[in-house]
Amino acid sequence: MDFGFSTIDTRVIEIDKFDTKILKYVLQHEKSMLVCMSCGGCTATCSAGNLTDFNVRRMQIMLRRGEVEKLQTEINKCMLCGKCMLVCPRGVNLRNVAMLIKKALVNYKDL
Amino acid sequence: MKFEDYFYIPFLLGAVYLFGVVIFRFVKWFIGLSKIDKIRVRKNFFTKKTLDSIWESVREGLLHFKMFKVNRLLGYMHMSLAFGWFLLIIVGHFEASSYFGTMFYPFQKSIFFRYYVTENADFPGHTFYAWAMELLLMFVLSGVFLAYFKRFSSKSFGMKKTTRMRYGDHIALTALWLIFPLRFLCETFSAGVYANGSPFFNAVGEWFHGFLPLEIMLKPFWLAYSIDLGIFFVAMPYTRYMHIPAEINLIFLRNWGVQLKERRVNTFTLAEVYSCSRCGVCIDACQLNLAGIKNSQSVYVLKNIRNKTLSDEVLFNCLLCGKCQEVCPVGIDVNRLRITQRIETTKQYNSSYDYLKTSVAKKADTIYFAGCMTHLTPAIKKAMLKIFNAAGENLWFMDENKAPCCGRPLMLAGQFDAAEKLIANNQKQILDSGAKTLIVSCPICYKVFREDYMMPDVEVRHHSEYILDLIKSGKIKLKHSDKKAVYHDPCELGRGSGIYEEPREVIKDVMTLLPMAQEREKAQCCGGSLANMKISMQERDVLASKVMEEFSQYDPDYVVTACPLCKKTFAKTNTLQVKDLAEIVVENMEIK
Amino acid sequence: MKNIVIIGGGIAGVETACSLAQNGNRVTIIERDNKLFGKLNNWYCLFPDFKKSSEIVDFYKKKLEKFDIEIKLNSQVDKAERNGDVWFVYTGNVRYAADAVVLATGYELFDATRKEELGYKIYDNVITQGDLEQRFKEQNFLTVQGKKPERIAIIHCVGSRDEKCHNMYCSKVCCVTGVKQAIELSKFLPDTQILCFYMDLRMYDKFFEELYRQAQEHYNIQFIRGRVSEVAENSDGRLSIKTEDTLSGRPMKMKLDMIVLLAGMETKKNTTEIAQKFNVEQEVSGFLKSKDFHLGAGILSQKGVFAAGTCISPMSIKETIENARSSAQQVNEYLNTL
Repeated sequence: MDFGFSTIDTRVIEIDKFDTKILKYVLQHEKSMLVCMSCGGCTATCSAGNLTDFNVRRMQIMLRRGEVEKLQTEINKCMLCGKCMLVCPRGVNLRNVAMLIKKALVNYKDL
Repeated sequence: MKFEDYFYIPFLLGAVYLFGVVIFRFVKWFIGLSKIDKIRVRKNFFTKKTLDSIWESVREGLLHFKMFKVNRLLGYMHMSLAFGWFLLIIVGHFEASSYFGTMFYPFQKSIFFRYYVTENADFPGHTFYAWAMELLLMFVLSGVFLAYFKRFSSKSFGMKKTTRMRYGDHIALTALWLIFPLRFLCETFSAGVYANGSPFFNAVGEWFHGFLPLEIMLKPFWLAYSIDLGIFFVAMPYTRYMHIPAEINLIFLRNWGVQLKERRVNTFTLAEVYSCSRCGVCIDACQLNLAGIKNSQSVYVLKNIRNKTLSDEVLFNCLLCGKCQEVCPVGIDVNRLRITQRIETTKQYNSSYDYLKTSVAKKADTIYFAGCMTHLTPAIKKAMLKIFNAAGENLWFMDENKAPCCGRPLMLAGQFDAAEKLIANNQKQILDSGAKTLIVSCPICYKVFREDYMMPDVEVRHHSEYILDLIKSGKIKLKHSDKKAVYHDPCELGRGSGIYEEPREVIKDVMTLLPMAQEREKAQCCGGSLANMKISMQERDVLASKVMEEFSQYDPDYVVTACPLCKKTFAKTNTLQVKDLAEIVVENMEIK
Repeated sequence: MKNIVIIGGGIAGVETACSLAQNGNRVTIIERDNKLFGKLNNWYCLFPDFKKSSEIVDFYKKKLEKFDIEIKLNSQVDKAERNGDVWFVYTGNVRYAADAVVLATGYELFDATRKEELGYKIYDNVITQGDLEQRFKEQNFLTVQGKKPERIAIIHCVGSRDEKCHNMYCSKVCCVTGVKQAIELSKFLPDTQILCFYMDLRMYDKFFEELYRQAQEHYNIQFIRGRVSEVAENSDGRLSIKTEDTLSGRPMKMKLDMIVLLAGMETKKNTTEIAQKFNVEQEVSGFLKSKDFHLGAGILSQKGVFAAGTCISPMSIKETIENARSSAQQVNEYLNTL
């Protein structure tokens, strides 16, 4: 998927060069994502994570660090089962975040 | 041209226009149905079902039986307007037929009878008709005044709120509200001048005559009445009042077997959407009000579908608990409508479950599928395993280590295509194992295994049914404890699957079951529903606390439920002790 | 000479009583249990220096002998009311008149059954840190099945920092308790692998960071940053946990023999009852609300009522003693104004 910018070559995270469109869209519609503390409880209990290389916590970090290339393939694996939401100690509405990411990826051009 | 020849024309034009639009829409809706539905309609047209529909139209469309059960005052108000107006037309027709001596007379002479017939004619039954028409009009007016009152003070109706209106609605509403007062004034004015009514209206007319120049007011008022009727008829198809014809259409289509298809948005959706009378009963039944969510109730979704302004925030902010559907007087399938819309909105979302490799299925007679949520309530899991052990089952615990989700959470979010992939994978595993029975402890899984999986030779049972069977066949024996419990009907098990009695039977074998006011079809939702994607944790807490408050008033030792998500949601409130059915059975089981 | 009533005979209540008695006040302690020193009786060794808690108990027993403090055991407060500057506290059929009251009702350990997915009281070898201290006293480290554990997990943040338990705050002392217990377990079971699963490591006080280093260096305790989401039982009786090792970014599963849950401090039940009787404000978390966070932690919203110890906020034994002395000072300042 062509996101209209060239990928970062080095492994260093450069905060000024991010594409934050999807992040902004998700934060606008789901404020609870702001309080994630990356504890990993969600990934630990994830149904999909039990079967394949899918990491919920990393999804959020990827969003925040601008690594949107892999976002599409990763978010496709979510089964929306809701276990992550039931264990999250900060009360992040993770199912809505997953759905908003899917929506943002479909409507990327209009963001 | 004389006044009496033209003043009824606004009414006529309005009625013709209305008739045209309604028929046009009915035909369009019929054409848009699926092939199977059209065949259903044709097959059932000349059967008893049509007669049933006529009776149901009278029962619900005119008399509003179902609404009476929910709220008497609201039911009376709607009934007086609908039934009263209907009777006015019918009785008016018989009055005019009797006067003219034939059934075929110029139609406007029955609608505006009191204008045309000014002499106190002596035709068969004229006194009866005069009294009947006037009392019927007062009957309708009582409903109209209740409507005025309700618009300003819905609390007095025992209803918490009333629906909000758009601009066009105001015009139609005002027109409707003026019809009967105008008719009242017109007929009493005529009675005042010509004394052509019963002694009742004649007296009122006389009183008006005392201070008003009725002779000059007559013609303008009758004209205004005709124009008002015309305005109302023209506005009707574009406002909520379209529900009057649409509701009847829906009753017929439904009885003929037409159903809402989730994966196809066709004109039946419109037939249902237009049948909503915006009575507001669904708003009252919705628990989200307690959490301050006031814009996503069913009536607003229907309105938004009609105006094509449906947003995700409204569409996905619903617990799909079914309480509104239970009380809808028109019987609109709102839950399914919502799912249909959710499917439409998320059609383009991607998903890929290629990583689901079917692992080797174990051969067994019985499969236990715990489900995602039960893994977070291990007490239920452990209890079920003990029960299976006691019953000596040849068991395969299918998702002991790894298993995909059953697929229903994806369906609740509208992602049916994605769910199909999960279903295909799980189904293959279940069929490969050769099991005859599949037992689940989660109602969400139960619903999807029953309704969406294609496994005709596998019997899907909820653990409450299974445990009851074990008790009845003597495979497990229970001691009776002196504790008291209330039973919470999970939405997906109760209203969703119709299982109300089996869990209760099991509880009664173990301890005392306290009855509650709101249970079975009227049970509350715990607030933990996976169908609501937008609600925050704090708002869910409010809902759960309120329900627990209600349970507390019965002073039970335990709250027993049959759903792990309900158990987790209620246990979070840390008030009463919450246990699953399997747990209380194991605690009181006699181990051989 | 002024009269003071202290509700609660734990270490906070005892220290406040001694400090106030030292200034010549007449002090009464009302304690609902049949002995003094509350939770301190349950601990074995204290962090960070592994001092035996019994030494602290003995120190205070001796100190109490120096003063003439009235101690009422097995007593609860039935009613309390204020009349002008005097507080009347009713217990049993006795009424005390006090110029000031100090609430030292302490805490309860979070009931870990509320975190059902961790299996406390569902699976046999899941215990809390309180249960483990008891085991240290009994010197019993076998699993319920009688086996010596080969691998033990210590899970941090159980019932704290958790919206699902309605406890949003950090319970402060559990992390260092986990590290201390890891070291102690390792001393008793040198061949056992011990892992700590944490979200953040709160080593906030003097010597705590050094203790953490010692745990890694000398006892080979492994620290894994990840929240444990589920505990399950295998057919052989061993436990499995599911977690994510967030620092390497991958989920982790393992089988173990014993799990220790570090349950947080809570004040929901007994402090709420007392707070209602004295009409003092509580925070949303249940702890008593101080008048000022910096300048008056022990001063409450009600005139003449003060607080000391863990009913204000989670704190260690050392901090409880300091807090008790500071609250006593605040009571004295108040008494001088009467």
